[in-house]
Amino acid sequence: MINQVAALGSLGIEVVRKYGKAGIILFRAIFRVPNIRKGFPLVVQQIYAEGVLSLLIIIVSALFIGMVVALQGYHTLSKFGASQQLGPLVALSVARELGPVITALLFAGRAGSALAAEIGLMKATEQLSSMEMMAVDPLQRVIAPRFWGGFISLPLLTIIFNIVAIYGAYLVGVKWLGMDAGAFWSNMQSAVDFRLDILNGIYKSVVFGVVVTWIALYQGYDAVPTSAGIANATTRTVVYSSLAVLGLDFVLTAMMIGGW
Amino acid sequence: MKNLIEINKLGFMRNNRAIFRDVDILIPQGKVTAIMGPSGTGKTTLLRLIGGQLTPAKGSIKVAGQEVPRLSRSALYNLRKRMGMLFQTGGLFTHLTVFENVAFPLRQHTQLSDAMIRSLVLMKLEMVGLRGARDLMPSELSGGMARRVALARAIALDPELIMYDEPFSGQDPISMGVLVKLIRTLNDALGLTTVIVSHDVQETLSIADYVYVISDGKVIGQGDADSIKHDQSPQLQQFLRGLPDGPVPFHYPADTLKNDLMGEGAA
Amino acid sequence: MLSQRVIETLVGLFLLAAILALMALAFKVSGLTTFFKQDGYNVTAAFEDIGQLKVRGSVKIAGVTVGEVTGIMIDPASYKAVVTLRINSTVKDIPNDSSASILTAGLLGDNYIAITPMYGTVFLKNGDAIEETHSAMILEKLIGQFLFSIGHPGDKATDPSTDTADKGAKK
Repeated sequence: MINQVAALGSLGIEVVRKYGKAGIILFRAIFRVPNIRKGFPLVVQQIYAEGVLSLLIIIVSALFIGMVVALQGYHTLSKFGASQQLGPLVALSVARELGPVITALLFAGRAGSALAAEIGLMKATEQLSSMEMMAVDPLQRVIAPRFWGGFISLPLLTIIFNIVAIYGAYLVGVKWLGMDAGAFWSNMQSAVDFRLDILNGIYKSVVFGVVVTWIALYQGYDAVPTSAGIANATTRTVVYSSLAVLGLDFVLTAMMIGGW
Repeated sequence: MKNLIEINKLGFMRNNRAIFRDVDILIPQGKVTAIMGPSGTGKTTLLRLIGGQLTPAKGSIKVAGQEVPRLSRSALYNLRKRMGMLFQTGGLFTHLTVFENVAFPLRQHTQLSDAMIRSLVLMKLEMVGLRGARDLMPSELSGGMARRVALARAIALDPELIMYDEPFSGQDPISMGVLVKLIRTLNDALGLTTVIVSHDVQETLSIADYVYVISDGKVIGQGDADSIKHDQSPQLQQFLRGLPDGPVPFHYPADTLKNDLMGEGAA
Repeated sequence: MLSQRVIETLVGLFLLAAILALMALAFKVSGLTTFFKQDGYNVTAAFEDIGQLKVRGSVKIAGVTVGEVTGIMIDPASYKAVVTLRINSTVKDIPNDSSASILTAGLLGDNYIAITPMYGTVFLKNGDAIEETHSAMILEKLIGQFLFSIGHPGDKATDPSTDTADKGAKK
């Protein structure tokens, strides 16, 4: 009995310790920014590594998702004689949900896992320790630029995802299924609100950017410095950040629709 | 003789296991001091304690008169600029070239011009004999070369103290000889204080001015290389001669074999 | 390893692409036009009932979009809904005796305003009002009317006099 209570207690302490540590990492990553002259090139490098290198997978996925949503939507809508509403259907589902969520999931798989593995490896090969012994703070030199890179990249990727997916839907709806292009765009324009639909989707992706990058950096920084530990860290990065994205998406949607 | 590092009554625990119990170590300035002991006795931990990466449970660690565990972050970082440390695997940044690796501490801590940094880096690389390898990536280097590059990086800021973590492990005889010579010449030419942590007995004894042997959380022997060799303590003799059994048992502590086997069968 | 300059260029292109995509989202997808004042002229039309018509709904002639609804308000005197339409300046010659009706795109679509041109020789200009309007067809009202009209021939069956006659006969 006492043992179980003790186990619960130690679990609690462990959980608090982990979250505390993760919180400290996030805090330092945000506020201990290197000075602009030295830090800016590092952030640019990270935007390249996390954003530009993720572009291909984002564009290809967006194109196919847009096309398939259009195809599915067209057949369902035409049963009600409402196929003219394909534009709004695609634009709203992409801008509000699919864009931010799928981009964040792909980002977690492509950039998040790479971040966790990279930092885990730097830890395992004593690069972080030797940096510390050279009186350079790894949180400032390694973690902070990566955090800012992810924070900036994900919303940009989401915007690009949105427009590519809508273009994919345009290809299917107008070029293939023969809808009127004018009706496609004008129905979309009258149904989609810039602030409520598009900006809210981008706000979501900003939150996802913080969360996914944070999880990846923490998992990498806290990884057990062995090959198994690094494998674990990358797996956990993808699993935790996917769950966090989906869960937060519900909360954020509820907040936005509920008008909190 | 002045001591650069003074360790007094050091105690350190990890996972409820005592790594150090009342360890006293003095490291004199300008000399090569070796800390030896079997694997797993916390030799690397000791270097990390000196560098302030870990905090001791009790006792004091003074480096150049400053109490390391009590230093503020910025004071600690200032102190670290006066230390160099060579990690077991080198710890080179894999995404930077050899040149950039050595230039890294200079770029971080100085406002020197690019031309100045270039000459400094080339001088340091010349010291370790790798000036020609400056454009290679760390993945293209052999283990011994990587360690020499890491050494050049560790001395880039001209530290007063340099610590080597297992510099000889996994090296072929030639690179081992090169490293032994380098450690000695760097110590004498730059007026450094050197701390070597190692379990390679012959190489370490050949260059150390003073030797500490740690085992089981305690200092079991100290003195200059000769007196260590002739020390009659059985623990020390087992370690130095590499005897398979002795005070440090061959078997990990366990129940008797008979009880273990019978117990398994009974269950 | 790419040089810093190449990386910076690629990142710059990435940012540029994202900005262009955001512009496309704003103007092509969400029809955010309030930033730019578009050319056009405003006319008004008063309706008995606008149904589900919303601001930014489209205005069409013969099915082609020629403008949009820019304002909807209630006229406190007549209790009619006064809708302001902005017609693109390219469509100049709409006769002033044309009629405006609120229609629905498909069964479930949005409401829009259809202008049916007539044969007048005086054209609508900024600030004019379209006199002839047809309100939105509200499905509930139509069903109500329909039920009323099929209920009417049966009036005799439920005639109170026959009722009482029946009751009387039974008694």
